[in-house]
Amino acid sequence: MSAPNKSYDPVEVEALKPEEIERMRDEAVAAIAAASDLEALREVKVAHTGDRSPLALANREIGALPPHAKADAGKRVGQARGAVNKALKARQEELEAERDARVLVEEAVDVTLPYDRRPAGARHPMTAFADRIADVFTALGYRVAEGPEVETEWFNFDALNFPPDHPAREMQDTFFVERDGVAESGVVLRTHTSPVQIRSLIGQEPPVYVICPGRVYRTDELDATHTPVFTQVELLAVDEGLTMADLKGTLDHMVQALFGEGMRTRLRPNFFPFTEPSAEMDMVCYVCRGESVGNPDRPCRTCSSEGWIELGGCGMVNPRVLTACGVDPGKYSGFAFGFGIERMLMFRHDIEDMRDIVEGDVRFTLPFGMEI
Amino acid sequence: MRAPLSWLREYVDLPAGTTGSDVQERLVAAGLEVERVERLGAGLVGPLVVGEVLAIEELSGFKKPIRFCQVDVGKANGSGEPQNIVCGATNFRVGDKVVVILPGGVLPGDFRISARKTYGKTSEGMICSARELGMGDDHDGIIVLPPEHEAGTDAIELLELVDEVLDIAVTPDRGYCLSMRGIARETATAYGLPLRDPALLDVPTPNAHGYPVEVADPIGCTRFTARTVTNVNPDAVSPLWLQRRLQKAGMRPISLAVDITNYVMLELGQPLHAYDRSRVKGTIGVRRAARGEKLTTLDGTQRTLDAEDLVITDDSGPIGLAGVMGGAHTEIDDTGATTTEIVIEAAHFDPVAVARTSRRHKLSSEAAKRFERGTDPLTTSAAAQRTVDLLVLLAGGTAEAGVTEVITPSAPHTIAIPADHPDRVAGTSYGRETVVRRLQQVGCDVYGSDELVVTVPSWRPDLRDPNDLAEEVIRLEGYENLPSTLPKPPSGHGLTEGQLLRRRVGRALAAAGYVEVQAYPFVGEASFDQLALDKDDPRRRTVRLVNPLSDEEPGLRTTLLPGLLATLRRNEGRGAHDLALFETGLVFLPTGDEPLPPKLPVDRRPTAEEIAALDAALPHQPRHVAVVLAGSREPAGWWGKGYGASWADAVEAARTVAREADLELTVRQAQFAPWHPGRCAALHVGDQLVGHAGELHPRVIKAMSLPERTSAMELDLDLVERAKGGPLRAPRVSTFPVATQDVALVMDAGVAAAEVEAALRDGAGELLESLRLFDVFTGEQIGEGRKSLAYALRFRAPDRTLTAEEASAARDAAVERAAERTGAVLRGV
Repeated sequence: MSAPNKSYDPVEVEALKPEEIERMRDEAVAAIAAASDLEALREVKVAHTGDRSPLALANREIGALPPHAKADAGKRVGQARGAVNKALKARQEELEAERDARVLVEEAVDVTLPYDRRPAGARHPMTAFADRIADVFTALGYRVAEGPEVETEWFNFDALNFPPDHPAREMQDTFFVERDGVAESGVVLRTHTSPVQIRSLIGQEPPVYVICPGRVYRTDELDATHTPVFTQVELLAVDEGLTMADLKGTLDHMVQALFGEGMRTRLRPNFFPFTEPSAEMDMVCYVCRGESVGNPDRPCRTCSSEGWIELGGCGMVNPRVLTACGVDPGKYSGFAFGFGIERMLMFRHDIEDMRDIVEGDVRFTLPFGMEI
Repeated sequence: MRAPLSWLREYVDLPAGTTGSDVQERLVAAGLEVERVERLGAGLVGPLVVGEVLAIEELSGFKKPIRFCQVDVGKANGSGEPQNIVCGATNFRVGDKVVVILPGGVLPGDFRISARKTYGKTSEGMICSARELGMGDDHDGIIVLPPEHEAGTDAIELLELVDEVLDIAVTPDRGYCLSMRGIARETATAYGLPLRDPALLDVPTPNAHGYPVEVADPIGCTRFTARTVTNVNPDAVSPLWLQRRLQKAGMRPISLAVDITNYVMLELGQPLHAYDRSRVKGTIGVRRAARGEKLTTLDGTQRTLDAEDLVITDDSGPIGLAGVMGGAHTEIDDTGATTTEIVIEAAHFDPVAVARTSRRHKLSSEAAKRFERGTDPLTTSAAAQRTVDLLVLLAGGTAEAGVTEVITPSAPHTIAIPADHPDRVAGTSYGRETVVRRLQQVGCDVYGSDELVVTVPSWRPDLRDPNDLAEEVIRLEGYENLPSTLPKPPSGHGLTEGQLLRRRVGRALAAAGYVEVQAYPFVGEASFDQLALDKDDPRRRTVRLVNPLSDEEPGLRTTLLPGLLATLRRNEGRGAHDLALFETGLVFLPTGDEPLPPKLPVDRRPTAEEIAALDAALPHQPRHVAVVLAGSREPAGWWGKGYGASWADAVEAARTVAREADLELTVRQAQFAPWHPGRCAALHVGDQLVGHAGELHPRVIKAMSLPERTSAMELDLDLVERAKGGPLRAPRVSTFPVATQDVALVMDAGVAAAEVEAALRDGAGELLESLRLFDVFTGEQIGEGRKSLAYALRFRAPDRTLTAEEASAARDAAVERAAERTGAVLRGV
């Protein structure tokens, strides 16, 4: 390698001879091709394109050439450097791609590893189900009403047309609240959500459209199908001109909203003090859809192959109840229904034992998640 | 009420081939709850015949007495020769008539009979017990028939063994269906067939020489019929048909006189009482008892009477609780068989009086069940007559000519309704003609055209209002034919703020890993002892139940923790160890000074004051939310270490709840049972205490066998809900750069971090965007009893880039305020 030397004829400059430049170019390209990794390529790059590389030095000689030779030599050197840079870039990309591929392989993980790091929680299915039922009715324009669970007998019985000492009071298996020194405190654990009806009617002029989900109490022992503490949903509609047909339509709407198209209800005459006429309401069996009836090959556990499932009681609000609430039965009529939703939840989700709903075992509740 | 189909057919000519299920379906549609149809004698195949026992050989050498018998079965076995039968029962003698099933027969339960070798003999059939024949399981011995039945007679027919029984749950309004007469009426209507009313009997007119009766309480007893039968044969027994009908209806045959009164009650719905005339002294009376009077009832219990009890008396005092149960002293003799003169009582008693007496003395009876639902007052004379007839027919008695009837005059009940009232209730159109026809079928007299005046039948005291009549029409027309329409309520406002908040709280806690439970609210003293509550802790003051499910838990919860912790322990016991549970629900906080609720009428709306007086009788019932947790909050795994659930998670759960109400909780150190005295936080919204959180006291954990370090939180959700403000005001988001400053402060270990943080925020002023505690350090470097808290402070201005000087000045101001309030000093200064 020579420093600029002005003492000899530039034409004779060895480094700028065409064959010499070709050789430099070929050596550089060969070295680039031979570089096996990015580190080697970086060294090759310094050696063949750096300030002190043969082509760079040759380039520097051009300045000393006579003007007529400059263009020719410049073009030759420029082409050679262009070819080297192109080879370098290509090789660079090639090696980077190889490296990337290798690194990504090395960084691979087992994405099937479990990640139960933040354990999930869940709402109780009864809460979620009560909300869902309430939502069906708030969508229709109903209000969700609430009331106390320890309730006076006036709200729980008297105003609902349970006369004192009428056998109907005994149908309810009531928990009575104790007060020192008195035989009857007049206070009970509410046996149904119906007192909320009374509170709603007293608190608001008709039209009244309310749905009341809530906890109620009866003196049943806990077993596979009974619980002394359960959840009832009560509906009340009081307006001008409401009929039993409206009651039927509202029930049909509810079971379709909760259980799907094609579900129907059936009314059977029954007796409740707070409704007149009164009915027991059934819905088509959610599981067999009635197909188990008279079909011994396909028995249905849910409806005992009867095709219908009993939901609860309903009827037209007894005018005596309206009177007790100060609502004119000559002007207004209404309908009401109420049912325990544990049973509904049981057949909707194939739950075999009431105790699972009651006991709070997390293995039971977790799969239900937030909403059902 | 159990109604045998064969008995029903006596009053209604049901089409041949009608089954119990057919009738069930019709009656259910008409509103009678027929719970099931029992098929008696299902699978029974003869020959089953009457046999006469000719000889008995007692076999010995076996574990129990065994008899080898020769039994005459007439021509039933083809040969007429005596049948050899081995029998394990001993309650029969030579000459007795028994029931024999011969080889080839099948007893209910697919029990096939064949000649077989047993106890060293060949037994050609079996002598049957009542249980084996499906007649009831009162006693174990075999049936001994009355002697008049011929050997060889078909016993299936004789004993009416094949039948169907409708089991009907009668609702309280349908008292008349506690009788064959009532069920027959419904059946006749359902089939559109005529009814042969068993109460249509010729009865003699009352006269003055019947047994003397004096009714002192004409409201409590509106009718009293007394008849007397003499020359009753005390040895007469109930014929088979009578016994069988009682058995099928679910009653036990006792003695002829008792069986007859029961039979007539079942037939007509009128309870009757039979007195041994020789034991009644003087006039029979009806009056209210004197307080403290004593009466020994038929069941042998001596009862102290209440002034409200309606009693039957004679000269000696009370001889029966009217309509509930007779007295032991005047009882007809059904064991010694000495009664030959019987006085029959058929009365109508006030339903409320009977119900109250029955409840007061915890004494239920078939009679009380009928009276308290309301009997037909016009049936007393027919029922008495029917009883007299049967005593004459079956016991050889003589009916005395005297007929006593004491009657309180009353008018039949009428109801006026527009003829289209049922249409308007149902939402369909029946038309006047249908309405009138249906009401007549029920037994009403109907007059008028557009406005109907309806006289209800004496057996339907439940028909009082226009809607009662509407129900009769609609049920007979069929509920299944009602149209289905959906009413259009006025549009609503959806859920209230409080309801929305409760849902958000539930979701937020579930999202934070808590599983919701709904525990029973029943608690006892033991629950509070385990929580180590002070003797005078107000949470020990509970609402107490008169009739709790368990005497151990007579109260209602005042805190959610007992139920939640019991559920935690249950899960732990079933093998789950990392547990986080929550519950929202009411707690019940009585003051103990609640007044009794006033007795209010129901014929008008109560006044605001009256409603307030009712509500004042109730305990405070706020809604609480609580969590409990134990084990790992985050488990260890391939990602590294986990961490255990602690007091901090419990406090954070409270913050999670508060956040849903857009509230900032203020946390203060506290000491409150059942929490660990050094690890308990009092939670405030503003100055209002809303709850507590932290780790439970080790003593509580031990007492309740809970996992170590179990932590808990409980908040009054109603207070949180009340504190919730309006809609959140959105923050202004500055796009200027942030200036970050870290400070480490050293202070006494007892200084609460919350105080330091509050001071820093206060001092830093408006430029402070956020502040975060990122380290707590204790150690030799900073000295014993001291701790270092390191905070990252982020400053930002809404309108400019802060200079380093501005940020530092704000930080210095923050540190200065912390120093003033807590004595904190910058670390390393």
